[in-house]
Amino acid sequence: MSANDAGTPIIRIDHVSKWYGAFQALKDVTLDVARKERIVICGPSGSGKSTLIRCVNKLEDHQQGRIEVDGVTLDENVRNIEHVRREVGMVFQQFNLFPHLTILQNLTLAPIWVRKMPKKDAEAAAMAYLERVQIAEQAGKFPGQLSGGQQQRVAIARSLCMTPKIMLFDEPTSALDPEMIKEVLEVMVGLARDGMTMLVVTHEMGFAREIADRVVFMDRGEIVEQAPPKDFFANPKSERTRLFLSQILGH
Amino acid sequence: MTIDAAHSAPATVPIGVSGWLRANLFSSPLNAFLTLLGVGVLALIMPPLVRWGVLNAAWSGGLEACKAVQGTGACWVFIAEKYRLMLFGLYPYEEQWRPLLMMAILIVLLLASMNHAFWRPRLAAAWVAGYLAMAVLMWGGVPGLPFVETDKWGGLPLTLILTVNAIVFSFPIAIALALGRRSDLPVIRTLCILFIEVVRGVPLISVLFVASLMIPLFLPSGMDINKLLRAQIGIILFAGAYVAEVIRGGLQALPKGQLEAADSLGLGYWQKTGFIVLPQALSLVIPPMVNSFIATFKDTSLVIIIGLFDLFGSARMAANDPAWRPFYVEGLLFVALIYFVFCYSLARYSRYLEKLARRGEVR
Repeated sequence: MSANDAGTPIIRIDHVSKWYGAFQALKDVTLDVARKERIVICGPSGSGKSTLIRCVNKLEDHQQGRIEVDGVTLDENVRNIEHVRREVGMVFQQFNLFPHLTILQNLTLAPIWVRKMPKKDAEAAAMAYLERVQIAEQAGKFPGQLSGGQQQRVAIARSLCMTPKIMLFDEPTSALDPEMIKEVLEVMVGLARDGMTMLVVTHEMGFAREIADRVVFMDRGEIVEQAPPKDFFANPKSERTRLFLSQILGH
Repeated sequence: MTIDAAHSAPATVPIGVSGWLRANLFSSPLNAFLTLLGVGVLALIMPPLVRWGVLNAAWSGGLEACKAVQGTGACWVFIAEKYRLMLFGLYPYEEQWRPLLMMAILIVLLLASMNHAFWRPRLAAAWVAGYLAMAVLMWGGVPGLPFVETDKWGGLPLTLILTVNAIVFSFPIAIALALGRRSDLPVIRTLCILFIEVVRGVPLISVLFVASLMIPLFLPSGMDINKLLRAQIGIILFAGAYVAEVIRGGLQALPKGQLEAADSLGLGYWQKTGFIVLPQALSLVIPPMVNSFIATFKDTSLVIIIGLFDLFGSARMAANDPAWRPFYVEGLLFVALIYFVFCYSLARYSRYLEKLARRGEVR
């Protein structure tokens, strides 16, 4: 498969299982992600797709199997976890901006305190990223004063300020009003074009078609099928995928 | 077509005094009833109160004047006569300018600290310098300032010292306890829960008794912690346990996504706690926290039971003078007014802080 061509994978998810009590959320999931690869993960709600990407920066623990990110194994070692989190950015469905900090402070907090970047440099970099998501004029405002689409673009810029090697997107447009989805997707498309390694959980199949190197379909905690978008949409192999696609594209 | 302003305005804008009355006091039968009830109650209470407190009161003329109006009017002469004792307790009369100056320094520091424009490192330095100056003023023992032992401290200065120390030192303890109670480390968590529940589960009076009577038993002989310090530590720990639970409420109200965002940015535990968790949690609990501190302010009056004469205790002491004993109510009213001024100021400040914390948070 094309995914494994570009040298060693930057993310290795190796036979990972996870339980919430008696409920098994992930069943023996294996997935390698190459550098600069863009993967869209889709599936019905409760299929474990969010849980999977949240395991990649250890927001969730896995009980079985092994996850390795950029050569570092995610175990109980806090140093390893913090190392991985520095290199992996994450964008949430609910934005999760810090409401008590200005937009600029939201962006510079981690570079200053985690990367130990001088405040001036951090602010200059932050302004450049805000420029890139076309929101620089809002730098002095608080998150609550921005629209949902603007907040999500700030959230993306906040992650980028840490110059991550990998970006995780957990349903980034699901909480947005329809007219704001486009502005966020445009930013994500730009990011993809620049060669960012991306893991995107989304129902935006148009985005998947346009950008993804590989579409992964999950159902009931396991990976059912994965293929380049052209093949995935044109001739899905499993019955579950066909059913899901008919539901999501049917109208 | 012409539309004049009166027609384009909302129809119910009250006009003039009668309009205001109708809108605010008589807008419905129930409101009209409540208004009349209120007026009635005032009409019952106010005349005797004004007669006692103002018209029949003795404002000057010494004990004889008071005896003349006893039973029908207030004896404000009592306060003029005894205010030094009520305000400063047993602090040597000649030296009472020292606690007065101490209070002035303290109040200036407090007022400066209340304005967030002054929240800079220099303010902390000012507090350290202020504490030193206040300690020298109160204790003395340096040339020009005779030594005054803490047993002689009393009145409003003592109340303020106990309260300010209680707030300043219980606050960090409370934060540590609240964080510790949610710690992943079982030993720390258990210790914090144990401390909070034990201290919360007993009355402050018993904490003070323990501090005053039992701690000396555990100390090696010859080593003696002074009574005021023991009471102060008791009050700090007591307030700490209460405020810890208030802060824990704020910690629990914080959306989980805030922690996940901080985690995903690679912030460590202390960075996350200091920059994300505490600022939000503390600003959520400003009202109950100030409530706790107001309670602490008034609770300090319990030190009377271990023989310290704070503002309240000094007022009681002033009324112990046999000649003036009938007029202790006036003394208590006087200190009640002082308590009220401080507590109400705290309450007002709480509202300023809430507004400050909410700035920008349009939701």
